[in-house]
Amino acid sequence: MARPRVLIFHSPGTNRDAETLRALELAGAEAEIAHVWDVRAGTVSLTDCRAVVLPGGFGYGDALGAGILQALDLTTWLQDAVGTFVGQGGRVLGICNGFQTLVKSGLLDGGCEPVKPGNRAVTLTHNERGHFECRWVHMAPAADCAADWLRGLSMPVFCPVAHGEGRFLTQDANTLNHLAVQGRIALRYVHADGRAAAGSYPHNPNGSVGDVAGICSPDGLVVGFMPHPEDHLLRRHSPVPVPVDAMGLRLFEAFVEAL
Amino acid sequence: MIRLEIRGGLGHRARAVTAQLPFLGLAATGACEATAVYFLDADFDDDALELLCARLLRDPVTETAAWMRDPRNNAGSPAAVEVARKRGVTDAEARVLENALVRLGLPPARAARATRYEFAGSLGEEDLHRIARDLLCNATTERYAVGWLQPEFEEGAGHSSRCETIPVRALTDGRLVALSRDRGLALNLAEMQYIRRAFRDFGRDPTDVELETLAQTWSEHCQHKTFKARIRFRHEDLHGRTIGAETIDGIFDTCIRAVNREVAKAWLVSVFEDDAGVIRFTDALDLAFKVETHNHPSALDPFGGAHTGVGGVVRDVLGVSARPIAATDVLCFGPPDLPDAAVPAGTLHPRRIREGVVRGIGDYGNKLGLPTLSGAIVYDRGYVNNPLVYCGCIGVAPHGVHPTGAEVGDLVVALGGRTGLDGLHGATFSSADLAEDTRETQGSAVQIGDPILEKGLMELLGQARDERLYTAVTDCGAGGFSSAIGEMGEELGVEVHLDRIRVKYPALAPWELWLSEAQERMVVAVPPARLARLEVLADHWEVELSVLGKFTGNRELHVRHEGRTVGRLPMDFVHHGWPRPELNAIHREPSTCAPAGTPWADGEQALKTLLTHPSVSSKEAVIRTFDHEVRGGTLVRPLTGPCQDGPADGVVFEPLEAAGSGRAVAVGHGINPMLGLHDPYAMGGAVVDEAVRNLVCAGADPDHIALLDNFCWGNPTLPDRLGALVRAAQGCRDAAIALQVPFISGKDSLYNEYDGKPIPGTLLISGIGIVPDVDHCMTVHAKFSGSLLFVLGDTRAELGGSLLHCLYGLSGGVPPVTEAAFGDRYRALHGLIRSGSVLSAHDASEGGLALAAAEMALAGRMGMELDLTEVHADPWHALFSESNGRILIEVDPEAVETVTNACRDLPLLCLGRLGGKRVLMRHHETVHVDAAVEALTAYWRGAE
Repeated sequence: MARPRVLIFHSPGTNRDAETLRALELAGAEAEIAHVWDVRAGTVSLTDCRAVVLPGGFGYGDALGAGILQALDLTTWLQDAVGTFVGQGGRVLGICNGFQTLVKSGLLDGGCEPVKPGNRAVTLTHNERGHFECRWVHMAPAADCAADWLRGLSMPVFCPVAHGEGRFLTQDANTLNHLAVQGRIALRYVHADGRAAAGSYPHNPNGSVGDVAGICSPDGLVVGFMPHPEDHLLRRHSPVPVPVDAMGLRLFEAFVEAL
Repeated sequence: MIRLEIRGGLGHRARAVTAQLPFLGLAATGACEATAVYFLDADFDDDALELLCARLLRDPVTETAAWMRDPRNNAGSPAAVEVARKRGVTDAEARVLENALVRLGLPPARAARATRYEFAGSLGEEDLHRIARDLLCNATTERYAVGWLQPEFEEGAGHSSRCETIPVRALTDGRLVALSRDRGLALNLAEMQYIRRAFRDFGRDPTDVELETLAQTWSEHCQHKTFKARIRFRHEDLHGRTIGAETIDGIFDTCIRAVNREVAKAWLVSVFEDDAGVIRFTDALDLAFKVETHNHPSALDPFGGAHTGVGGVVRDVLGVSARPIAATDVLCFGPPDLPDAAVPAGTLHPRRIREGVVRGIGDYGNKLGLPTLSGAIVYDRGYVNNPLVYCGCIGVAPHGVHPTGAEVGDLVVALGGRTGLDGLHGATFSSADLAEDTRETQGSAVQIGDPILEKGLMELLGQARDERLYTAVTDCGAGGFSSAIGEMGEELGVEVHLDRIRVKYPALAPWELWLSEAQERMVVAVPPARLARLEVLADHWEVELSVLGKFTGNRELHVRHEGRTVGRLPMDFVHHGWPRPELNAIHREPSTCAPAGTPWADGEQALKTLLTHPSVSSKEAVIRTFDHEVRGGTLVRPLTGPCQDGPADGVVFEPLEAAGSGRAVAVGHGINPMLGLHDPYAMGGAVVDEAVRNLVCAGADPDHIALLDNFCWGNPTLPDRLGALVRAAQGCRDAAIALQVPFISGKDSLYNEYDGKPIPGTLLISGIGIVPDVDHCMTVHAKFSGSLLFVLGDTRAELGGSLLHCLYGLSGGVPPVTEAAFGDRYRALHGLIRSGSVLSAHDASEGGLALAAAEMALAGRMGMELDLTEVHADPWHALFSESNGRILIEVDPEAVETVTNACRDLPLLCLGRLGGKRVLMRHHETVHVDAAVEALTAYWRGAE
């Protein structure tokens, strides 16, 4: 079977693109890092690619808030290219800064769609503890998640978070319920055995409501989450011994398989 | 002008401020609220502002926005302080906002930012000023107002052509000294006289550009004059009798370079030649490593100082054509619980320094995408006025790609950030003592960085290197262009046009353009035919490029501005004209008599005292604010064990670039200033040994380890300071030769004094080692119940200068030594690690075997029952002696024979067995420690 082509967007300040590339390649994709300006200029085309990944980093230094400036890129320069891509059923995966970007751009929102960027019902904001934090967490797919490929994971994924603005909040409790009902909660922070973190630190590392680590669009094609499965591709990457199916690589394998 | 307030999103900042208020005695003040304020030098209508808020400034879930036009007064507003960066201090966020306005289709406008803090309760104006000064605003880089702050916008660009001639030929000695002081040249009388004589020979007076160039190039910071000086050294015994007198022909040559004459390693690539040391890693790859200090700037502005410290050392690695792949940090602070009254005027509280430094390191390293892996924090009162901030960077490069040969006709090309008044006189400023008024007088020496700009530089230079677009590269560090271009052009000569330098704002004098230490700048030599391609790449990575001049071949430094010559000197004079200093040094040996009596009544209490000391206890709160996972290759982390909270010796990572090679990189440190206060020679040896042991304990091959030396010391013109420095350097030389480990790079930071008091002389040894097999890394934490714990290495009565003595205020005693025989132990251990016979390994250093065993236990949440009778006849020495060369190893009972065979000619002793939930240490019949693992863990974690 041909290896599906995946583009990894690079903006000024992107820094987890190289390990994301490695993750996708190990998972069976033909991955390539593309500078967003080349996408904007049309020198890199999205037409024959199956997925776009927005990797981790500090796009534009997170000036004016994490993901804000990259979201501006998505909704101005890249609006046509990405809009067409998503409209034709292309998949988008946002990791950490990429997730922040998807949320802030309105591409991945909790309210009624389509939504204007200034009118979002969900956000990612400063961690409850007020600072950047790097630690390993477990995350598991939420029940009835619309991104069905995530449900193929046989156990919680063990991988690090490394962010200062990863606290998922919604406008109100209704929005959170609405998301769950629509199958739009993709991943939640859990204990190693899969029990809900139930807001307890450090299992839920940033104070996200509902232990939400990631969400998706109603059709499941656009997915974003905060943790970094791309930093757990080999068994030796794990700080403590865990089953091989807890590797972050499994998530990428499931993703690539669905393409 | 428009003022926008965005409320609700800075709750984390407000909580942090609120938590600090009690330290100011203002606990009853009540909560603080923080608000982001933006200023626009424009007149947008409400629709435009609503668009701006919706798209960029206001988070619809957490924030609300309000704006007003031309705010004039703030009558009736609550008690509030507003803080903004000073004009000229880098504010990347304001620039981003300006760019984004245009993206939204709004007219261009200048932007500025502030943070507003409002306080509940009744606070007088004086209280607000105090909160602002002591908590919110750093006067070095920021300004504040009680109430509303008026913004200052960055101005457009332009030039001033002021260039003065300084009549040094006619000055008396007294006037020469005054000139050096008033201009901040940090040149002494002999050097000023040298300049006067030289210009009398030239038959003219120097321009300010020339004088400043000489001051920078000849500064301690750039020339390491002390390490090159001829030193008359007198060595005294305890009673002041001379036991040795010698002339030391340069510490650098006789103590550092001397090591490499004795230790030949085929894998050394570039040693003490470039901005960073370079060694072979795999067949295809080299590793670069450099550690720098940024002490003086961090004392004034902890965030900015540490921020630019990371940025600077990263550029050192770029300067050897390597890609930065990891960062290290070692920090020395005053005690965090120091009473406010004990903090001298003009000095920030250690707590505030720590907070800023840690935030600065994290902000830069995290944003650059470098894992900040290895580090240490030492707390001592000696660092209250002079904190130490050691920033390290490791890079990787394909072997043989670093070009070092600019040719005549090549262009001098500046890349990166714009030039402003920031960082003027950094090199000379770091070559003098700090004083109470330094914050006001030298504020411009401190800057704030822009890691995203540096990231662009990093990408650009990597690509330019691969396409062979440059023939030489160097970073713009201390001394700015004057040092960078001056050094690059040393062999060929160079002509530079200052008016081609891109500036942040107008009215910079030529010498200011030439000396500015604005951040994120590199200089490359580019053959004219390759310039066009470099311009394309620079445009792609959004890095500004300017062609400043060319390499001429006339061995002259020729500086021009707007068509006029503002400086013209022979390169030989610039680089070699300075007089080699002669210095005096004296060192008196310490008493080796053991202190009378032992004030610690029981071993457990002593162990608790050690575990709770902030230098020993958990650094997790700091470590977790650094990304130690980015790049996806971290194998041994700074936090270990099943709960991922135990201590580590060395850290190990597998660079992405080397994936598949099977090899990894270990990094470790040795630092022990308390031992240095007792005996600097012993410290020099101990820190070399500790760095090597840390690496071996992590899995590195002891025959593939390289070291870096970083000396932080007081005023070297005072003989006692210099005497201790000489001894420390000799100690590290002898130990490095004994253990057969070479030095590849080093740096010194002197004049760390305040009010006549020096810091404890501090030698940091950083080590980089190759782990030959990624699957045989080693960690500290105790792993399996039923394993046996051995100590490899003998224990002697060496409590002199130990942490225990320091904590109990004792002096005297025999300090530890370092011997060549230790190397055999490390090779044996490495073989056992490779064969999988060792389950965990931990070096015993400060706090002795007792602390090392306790750390293994708490990291592994695993009890142990140890009998230390055979370790040493005296139980206190058995528990706490700090003899070097010792490693605790956990061995599976089935592997005992393998281990004892491998160590049959080495001092190896079985101490006991792992298991249970308590740590028990006995000596003969007496139980000295009997504590629950949980209790030890709590002590160790509690002091954070």
